[in-house]
Amino acid sequence: MAERAERILKNIGLRGLKNAVKGNDYRREASISYGILVGGYILLQLLTAAGLISHNLQGQFVPICVYISLAVSLNLVVGISGELSLGHAGFMAVGAFGGVLMSRILGQSMSFEPAIVIISMIFGAIVASIAGFIIGIPILGLRGDYLAIVTLAFGEIIRNLMNVMYFGFVDGKLKFAFNHTIEGIEDTDRIITGAIGATGTKTMSNFTWGLLLCLFTVFIVLNLKNSKQGRAIMSIRDNRIAGESIGLDVRKYKLMAFVVSAALAGMAGCLFGLNYSTLVPVKFNFNTSVLVLVFVVLGGVGNIWGGIIAAALLTVLPETFRQFADYRMLTYAIVLILVMIATYNPSIKSRLNAFLGKIRPKKNKGSSKAKRKKSGKEAE
Amino acid sequence: MIAAPQRHVIAHLIGKEEIMVFLTNLISGLSLGSVYAIIALGYTMVYGISKMLNFAHGDVIMIGGYMSFIMTMYMGLNGWLALLVAMFICTVLGITIERLAYRPLRGTGSLAVLITAIGVSYFLQNIALLIWGANPKMFTSLFKGMSPVHAAGGQLTITPESIFTILANIVIMILLTLFVSKTKAGKAMRAVSEDNGAAQLMGINVNQSISLTFAIGSGLAAVAGVLMLSAYPVLMPTTGAMPGIKAFTAAVFGGIGSIPGAMIGGLILGIIEIFSRAYISTELSDAIVFACLIIVLLVKPTGLLGKKISEKV
Repeated sequence: MAERAERILKNIGLRGLKNAVKGNDYRREASISYGILVGGYILLQLLTAAGLISHNLQGQFVPICVYISLAVSLNLVVGISGELSLGHAGFMAVGAFGGVLMSRILGQSMSFEPAIVIISMIFGAIVASIAGFIIGIPILGLRGDYLAIVTLAFGEIIRNLMNVMYFGFVDGKLKFAFNHTIEGIEDTDRIITGAIGATGTKTMSNFTWGLLLCLFTVFIVLNLKNSKQGRAIMSIRDNRIAGESIGLDVRKYKLMAFVVSAALAGMAGCLFGLNYSTLVPVKFNFNTSVLVLVFVVLGGVGNIWGGIIAAALLTVLPETFRQFADYRMLTYAIVLILVMIATYNPSIKSRLNAFLGKIRPKKNKGSSKAKRKKSGKEAE
Repeated sequence: MIAAPQRHVIAHLIGKEEIMVFLTNLISGLSLGSVYAIIALGYTMVYGISKMLNFAHGDVIMIGGYMSFIMTMYMGLNGWLALLVAMFICTVLGITIERLAYRPLRGTGSLAVLITAIGVSYFLQNIALLIWGANPKMFTSLFKGMSPVHAAGGQLTITPESIFTILANIVIMILLTLFVSKTKAGKAMRAVSEDNGAAQLMGINVNQSISLTFAIGSGLAAVAGVLMLSAYPVLMPTTGAMPGIKAFTAAVFGGIGSIPGAMIGGLILGIIEIFSRAYISTELSDAIVFACLIIVLLVKPTGLLGKKISEKV
């Protein structure tokens, strides 16, 4: 078993290398992304089987997958569509509570768990995409900072609404109440209780579901990125006016990226919700949105596999170095500022590139990307 | 003004007590709104001049609060003197942040600057968390010992905090408007916010103007922090985050870049918040405030008093 797994791992690695040599951007990005995910999964499963991974860290497997998926889906908005969204946790919350609700409803009549998980995740994605659509339609005409602040506002509104929503069963029937508790309800029949959140959820998630979620998210995002629509989205990011002038419907494409990203976040949120028997709305505050943004930025804005690595490492490391927990967010903050300055400041950037060129003189790696960035900046 | 007999009729119809509750809410709304207005000034001026959303502005308020707290608690300083020290420290802090974090990224587009500003905001919050811990500190009011004013035959009580906050807002607004329109430095600031490049060609020191804007905004943030904490005395590392976001909302509401806009936006937002807390729901008050922002942006994307800027190729 172990040998076979190693062989598969090797194969994937080799294929990734082959494509990298071939220089096919899409296939390279895809094979690296899938390779990291599947390789990481197999590696962690092997290590777990060998008993090398602490119980604590095993508990982090599903959250890691959820954060990877969130980082990849946020990258669709931040990296590919070029808009800053600060409300990603809001969509995650919608998906989480929608999915948990669905799982409880299904749990009444069904006992086949995989079906429940799949239907709940689809439901979570649908609810989140509806939220994304409702939010996206009015705001996507706004520019940069305004869009960011409005997504932030929407994230807070969603969290506030979650605080006053009540769902539960009374005599086997689903009841909903807004801003007041449901009367005559048994404690075990509560599903969502305002600020207390979702309680009594049957945990159905596991690492394999997490992997499937990540693979699905990466599949959707990469294929969108490399479709006609994806190129349209990126051309609007690079120069909105030029995009408009060749007849691209700016709002439509921005909305497309936004809604797909929201749906994927909802799906991830659903798996997150199914991972805990109790889940409070406070979990989905602004800090979570920023955390996901940190993953995206540190992995490289627009770089899918970079985001995957950043999300995985930054979720694992704080667990491993618990004694430095106090300094965790402080370090994030400093690294965030330094990375932004190093990647965007013109003089530091050129110096950095010259330095990297000295280390790796042979390839003019990512020259098309650099060109694209440059032309986008000139237009601004 | 409502004539006396009419007022009597209204009082009769609605009930005197309800009017008093309404007036009390209105005053606390104006007071909270004044705090938002003062914070919003920092946002609106910085946005006007450097076209960036200074996300860390809310956390400068928090630092101001802590500084004032330390000065009064451990250094034994008078509250007003502590306020001055806090203002000075925040001014220096504001200039430093601009110099170290924002200036290297000037002209690189809003995404990079905004993410950096979020980084700065987190940096300040976590520094505060490391130094002062997560436990809330109880802030002593700047106006401790002053007795509240009783109006309408003792039925309406106005706290000194409310009076001073509203007064401070008016004074700051007048002084700032005069500064921006009359003084040379103020005119330079306006020139830079209108056209950075042209201002530079006219011999205006752009860097200095931007630093000055950050200095004024951050100094005002300290004032706003102390005034806010006098009325709502819970001081934590995250104290500034929410008011900061709401004040930005206020600045957008009133039209970003406009000083009177910040005042109007702040006051309206404060009143909306207090009234939705009093009459609708405490949990939903933030949601209502943000919903108002979204509605304003949809109806008039430039805010109430904002100017329209057309995008050029």
